[in-house]
Amino acid sequence: MDKTALNRYFRNIFLFLIFCFGVWAERTGYIEEMAYYQEDVIYLAGEHLYLTLVSGGLAVLTGVPLGIYLSRPKMAQRAEASMQLLNIGGTIPTLALLALAMSVLGIGNNAAIFGLWVATLLPIVRNTFTGLRSVPAHMKEAARGMGMTPGQMLRQVELPNSLFVIMAGIRTALAINIGTAPLAFLIGGTSLGELIFTGIAVDDQAMMLAGAITTALLAVVIDFALGLLTMAFVSRGVNPLRQRTA
Amino acid sequence: METLSFLTGNFNQILSLAWVHTLLVSVAVGLAILTGVPIGIAITQSQRAADAVLYIASVIITIPSIALFGLMIPVLSMIGQGIGYMPAIIAVLLYSQLPIIRNTYTAINNVDPALREAARGVGMTAMQRLKMVEIPLAIPVIMAGVRTAVVMNIGVMAIAAYIGAGGLGTLIQRGISQSDPRQLIIGAVSVSLLAIVADFSLLWLQKRLTPKGLAAAV
Amino acid sequence: MITLDKLTKIFDTPNGSITAADHISMEVPTGEICVLLGPSGCGKTTTLKMVNRIIPATSGRVLIHGEDTSQMNTVDLRRNIGYVIQQIGLFPNMTIEDNISVVPKLLGWSAEKYKKRALELLDLVALDPAIFLKRYPSELSGGQQQRVGVIRALAADPKVMLMDEPFGAIDPINREVIQDEFLKMQKELQKTILFVSHDIDEAVKMGDKIAIFREGKLEQYAAPDDLLAHPANDFIAGFVGNDRTLKRLQLVTAGEVMQQNPSMVTLDQPLDEALQLMESRDLEAVTVVNREQKPIGMVRREIAQVHRGSCRDHHDGLPTVIYQDDDLRSVVSRLYRVDASWLPVVDGEGYLQGVITQRGITHHVGATYRTQA
Repeated sequence: MDKTALNRYFRNIFLFLIFCFGVWAERTGYIEEMAYYQEDVIYLAGEHLYLTLVSGGLAVLTGVPLGIYLSRPKMAQRAEASMQLLNIGGTIPTLALLALAMSVLGIGNNAAIFGLWVATLLPIVRNTFTGLRSVPAHMKEAARGMGMTPGQMLRQVELPNSLFVIMAGIRTALAINIGTAPLAFLIGGTSLGELIFTGIAVDDQAMMLAGAITTALLAVVIDFALGLLTMAFVSRGVNPLRQRTA
Repeated sequence: METLSFLTGNFNQILSLAWVHTLLVSVAVGLAILTGVPIGIAITQSQRAADAVLYIASVIITIPSIALFGLMIPVLSMIGQGIGYMPAIIAVLLYSQLPIIRNTYTAINNVDPALREAARGVGMTAMQRLKMVEIPLAIPVIMAGVRTAVVMNIGVMAIAAYIGAGGLGTLIQRGISQSDPRQLIIGAVSVSLLAIVADFSLLWLQKRLTPKGLAAAV
Repeated sequence: MITLDKLTKIFDTPNGSITAADHISMEVPTGEICVLLGPSGCGKTTTLKMVNRIIPATSGRVLIHGEDTSQMNTVDLRRNIGYVIQQIGLFPNMTIEDNISVVPKLLGWSAEKYKKRALELLDLVALDPAIFLKRYPSELSGGQQQRVGVIRALAADPKVMLMDEPFGAIDPINREVIQDEFLKMQKELQKTILFVSHDIDEAVKMGDKIAIFREGKLEQYAAPDDLLAHPANDFIAGFVGNDRTLKRLQLVTAGEVMQQNPSMVTLDQPLDEALQLMESRDLEAVTVVNREQKPIGMVRREIAQVHRGSCRDHHDGLPTVIYQDDDLRSVVSRLYRVDASWLPVVDGEGYLQGVITQRGITHHVGATYRTQA
């Protein structure tokens, strides 16, 4: 089936739904009320992005090397156990993670960044690990047989061939991160959660929607940006979305 | 120490919150199985429908939970259910669709064509084939989807405490608002334990439900 | 020259140690292909991989042109040995050009030099650089990928190549084509090659020498004709097959077996001269050639005996001719097909060079058995 035709079909439905939502919002006067929060939205969206980029960036900078380290042959014995442990860590609900971070680091952005970092780490490590491990043995043997050093093998063969999977992990991770960052408000971090939770608490639906819709939009934008990065950095030869066959 | 004494002092309350938490997630995921499995089976009949349904489900799952609650509140307010357990159950129901539908769909689709051929060869009707061959083979994979859904939604349900759904999230909520580290830690730890226990017991169940002949493969 | 000296590999497994290669000693002369042949698990691949130390040897030595490789740096060693594996192992993230240039880049060649080299190599296997240079492996057919795999190993012009069932993953028809192409290249390149195969026909076709392995031991190391004619034991006889004499036929060309200075007559010669010739040489027929010495027919003895006139009026057509380079297997099959006991042999231009007879072939094949007895 033609994927692009399908996507266009859905984009149209999606746009139509947004349009209906807009009409409904206008009729009920939500738009006007939400516009009232414009300044807050812009400021908080910036803070929200800051939290996400710092904690998510840290997670990439730590998670990818950790995944690489666990995938090395000398770690083969301990890697499975480490991944099991990480998987158990991954079942811990994000709210619990943030709460625990606060009980250790106190209230504020630092606790929020720490909690978000932990929540984001797992998918990155897991995808890096599985991506590198699924590079076929014969390909690595060819690289070794041609005289590549382990470092050259990693840079020229293993990483480029698992980059698509690694990027998918980063996308999942940042989607979780953006969605969890509103909760950071609860432990003293600054994020769009401020509008959502305050909106719920004072029963101001326009305020809450302004926060919720912006959060959803941020998630879409970040995912889109990472999609572009994937397209730019993953070689056409190994990008399943750009595959042509002989 | 204080945390421990709080734990012993309020053990019954914590248990009842855990019970509510489990119940809410179970009901919601249970409903999700009732909708997701038939949808997953139905879309094996049409590639077009499958692409469409899986696309929608994957869009839903990327909506942050707190934003989803937020979006549902004004809608559900119209029937007077804006806050409470109703939006929480609906959110969990929606989030569970993707793992359950996707796993059902792939499991049934991946049944070895030779097996299907054999089933047809011995004279089974399409329904009999589904009941006697395809579903039994698909159950372990569907269970894996249920497990993913349950673990994820224990976390979602914790957040739902903020829209008044109840459950263990209540402890975390109170711990934060009352600056009470005892409730905070007990809430966080107990909801984490619940997720881990659920994960392991569903894994056990998944293995039990795997037909013996397939055990090596899964 | 590659020399293996008591090369041994012992794997330690939970079920005890397994000797995968047991004191393998052999020598591959420069410019020759040596095929390591045997059933799976016989140690042929292990032996191959000990040469570039993908598998470290337990004991024994590998010498390349007299130099002990255990003294060399592993990475340098490998960069100077071409390596082709059955799964091809092209890097899917790199274009064909980048794949070919991997080793030259590792060796620090200038961009200009390795780009030029990639062009040359693609030309060598008849893949148009304009089309293929910037393609990715997934955009090539299996046969094209395998060709790229081979030229990638040739990129830095190594003197030694290791090929581990290099054509094993290709369908039989394409395999023949690629084998022929490779042999043609090897005639020019004169690499010293170790070549693992499990296919006796491939071994006979590709190998200057064949080394037969069983359970980690080198059972026999000989030229293909020798191996087929005199298998050292029952295992080898069974492995090379009951039709081994027929297999030997493909190792010999018609040119080697034909009788040179063939008897011939021209169209204008009288028939009785042809008869005389046949009677003096005890032939049943003689080839008729035109003015350019190209065979165009034959005169039979029984016809010459009862007719008068010139050869022009009494010759029959030739059912077919044999080229010097045809192997005996195809010659025999054509002799049977046209029910002839002899046929004229011509060179590439079509000039008569000799005749080949069924008796001559039998005699040639039998010669090695007679000397042995």
